[in-house]
Amino acid sequence: MATEAATGEAAHGAEGGLQFHPMDQFLVKPLFGDGPVHWYTITNVTLWLALTVVAIALLLVVGTRNRATIPSRTQSVAELAYGFVYKMIEDVTGKDGIKYFPYVMTLFMFIVFANFLGLLPMAFTTTSHIAVTAVLAFAVFFTVTILGFIKNGAHFLELFWVKSAPLALRPILAVIELISYFVRPVSHSVRLAGNMMAGHAVIKVFAGFAAIAAIAPLSVVAVAAMYGLEILVAFIQAYVFTILTCVYLKDALHPSH
Amino acid sequence: MATETHGEGATGLADATGVAGHDAASGAGMPQLDFSHFPNQIFWLIITLVVIYLVLSRVALPRIGAVLAQRAGTITNDIAAAEDLKRKAEEAEAAYDKALADARVEAGRIAAEARAEIQAELDTAIAKADEQIAAKSAESEKAIAEIRAGAVDSVKVVAKETAAEIVAALGFKADQGAIDTAVDGRVKG
Repeated sequence: MATEAATGEAAHGAEGGLQFHPMDQFLVKPLFGDGPVHWYTITNVTLWLALTVVAIALLLVVGTRNRATIPSRTQSVAELAYGFVYKMIEDVTGKDGIKYFPYVMTLFMFIVFANFLGLLPMAFTTTSHIAVTAVLAFAVFFTVTILGFIKNGAHFLELFWVKSAPLALRPILAVIELISYFVRPVSHSVRLAGNMMAGHAVIKVFAGFAAIAAIAPLSVVAVAAMYGLEILVAFIQAYVFTILTCVYLKDALHPSH
Repeated sequence: MATETHGEGATGLADATGVAGHDAASGAGMPQLDFSHFPNQIFWLIITLVVIYLVLSRVALPRIGAVLAQRAGTITNDIAAAEDLKRKAEEAEAAYDKALADARVEAGRIAAEARAEIQAELDTAIAKADEQIAAKSAESEKAIAEIRAGAVDSVKVVAKETAAEIVAALGFKADQGAIDTAVDGRVKG
């Protein structure tokens, strides 16, 4: 990321013909007017978050309005998404994880739709911002931690006390486990935001090279290839975020190793 | 919530850094690290997540779950109904086979009866015909015997007369009695 920014900056200064602004797509701007961004200001973030809600509602609510036993195409996709997340949480967390299904489904649908909407040209990718992914990750972190203590009480701390290890090693392992536990929300959020941001920035950099006629065909091919990869990444990152949520949930419900 | 206080803090920080942070963001820096925009994003994100959660948990997920359960039920019922129908079809086939076998036996019996009846009628008819034929042939034999007898007598008469004429023609004189005896002897022999 840093190198890309540097490349962009260098190209910015060195060549007059080339315009590299790979990070401009991530700018938060007010949707109406040009005033300061307060916490309540309607910005492009608001717009794309709203579009995410609309897209999810279109698929899961409007798409299933017929409640058909023999599903339409949209309803099939909605059922596929439902079954995908349901099976994931059932497989990873177990039967007692099912009651958190709406919560996990909310996370998955939000991330997958935000990622894919972000791939539209001129779109703003809400999940490329650490502010957004950090809220998602900390929400999972706090939920899982509080749930762990409510469900298991002090036994939740057994998560850090590795019983299968030799007694002498256990305190050291406990420290490592504790650190890794608190690093979870960071890795959880930075992974998603980093992936989304890096891919989009690289596409923008490749697109910037299209200004040079000799490199333009290569640039177009590179953008197309990156776009294909980004489609894959958009889904995989949503999947990874969701399955990690399920894993953390499993730790909260069954803390003993 | 924690995010609220976090937001307040971020706003303060952004105010402190002020224009410098914004300039860096609009240049080649990372807009992601522009903390002045954090409260805005977090506020709208929380609203978005709450809305999605409510829509999913109140409307979408119960609906899809119900549809899936209903489909599973329908499929189970259909399979049960199909099994039932299959069993009925098998029963019907067995009944049909049995009826067919019965009909075949009945047909065989009827055919045998008919055959026997016809045979009996045929036998009486043949016997009657044989009788008639025997009567007719006896009659015919009698007629033929009569005709044959009549023919032998006629031949005897003609032969006697012819013999007498031939003897006379040869210049002999013979008595009729000797000729008759000779002719009778020849005809018999």
